[in-house]
Amino acid sequence: MGLIQRFTTIFKAKASKMLDKAEDPRETLDYSYERQLELLQKVRRGVADVATSRKRIELQQAKLEQSVTKLDGQARQALGAGREDLARTALERKKAVQAQLQGLDQQRQQLETEQQKLTEAEQRLSAKVEAFRTQKETVKAQYTAAEAQVKINEAFGGISEEMADVGMSLQRAQDKTEQMQARAGAIDELLASGALDDMTQTGDPIDRELAAIAQGSEVDAELAAMKKEIGAGDGPPEQIGSGQPS
Amino acid sequence: MIVRILGEGQYRLPDDAAQRLNPVDDRVMAAAQARDEAAFRAALGELVELVRAGEPVAAEELHPSDAVIPAPDADLAESERLLSDEGLIPG
Repeated sequence: MGLIQRFTTIFKAKASKMLDKAEDPRETLDYSYERQLELLQKVRRGVADVATSRKRIELQQAKLEQSVTKLDGQARQALGAGREDLARTALERKKAVQAQLQGLDQQRQQLETEQQKLTEAEQRLSAKVEAFRTQKETVKAQYTAAEAQVKINEAFGGISEEMADVGMSLQRAQDKTEQMQARAGAIDELLASGALDDMTQTGDPIDRELAAIAQGSEVDAELAAMKKEIGAGDGPPEQIGSGQPS
Repeated sequence: MIVRILGEGQYRLPDDAAQRLNPVDDRVMAAAQARDEAAFRAALGELVELVRAGEPVAAEELHPSDAVIPAPDADLAESERLLSDEGLIPG
């Protein structure tokens, strides 16, 4: 067997490192069981960590989606005001945010898969640890050291393989989570620096320009209204705020 | 024989299953050596399906495996990393 043989050899080597065997296996049964419970705890924490990372990404996605909606609205507003340059800027930013979003979605899906796999691995390990506990009690109660050796070899083999397999799944999920954390951190920095987030705030330059345009046209409208008033009456303009005494 | 798919669990196969696994295994190895990612994934996928055709070993049973194969979604780089971790394949 080409690859299978190599894989099996390497994996068995990994697995045998998971549990130390003593001369009298009964002595190490409890110790081994402790190690199994520790690993089970680690795996459960691993599942929680992956879930936390996934939630962080989902929060970022929601923020970025808000940005997209906002930028789209700004582009329309700018175009309505005849400011194609401003609309272009808004759309360019929208594209950049959308690209980030796409990357995030792929990562979220990967994390979801890892979470699922790790949860299943945790359930398998949990069942095997429980089986080991039962066998350990039986062996301790009923068998001599020599008999126990034979009885427990199979159980040791089975449980240490499961531990090695779960350990690898855990490592893999942790690696993936770290990659996501790095990327999520970069996006958080972007959001904090204002490059993305500020676009949804009133302080953003596109908003300011749009506000200026709106103000400008209000002023124009008021000017026009005033001109009309002045032009309509031949006399001096009425003073604003000074009503006729009743 | 009992075969473990990494990250998935163990399956119980008839003892003559090795005869069916071997030719596919050879193709997985050939693809790995040729660094042909697509062929590697395809052959590994076949191997995984052959193993999955067996009976899943119950979660509460404790047995060592007779053979171990990579996870079905493992890519070439990941498998090589796993192999080289132990120093069997240098470089």
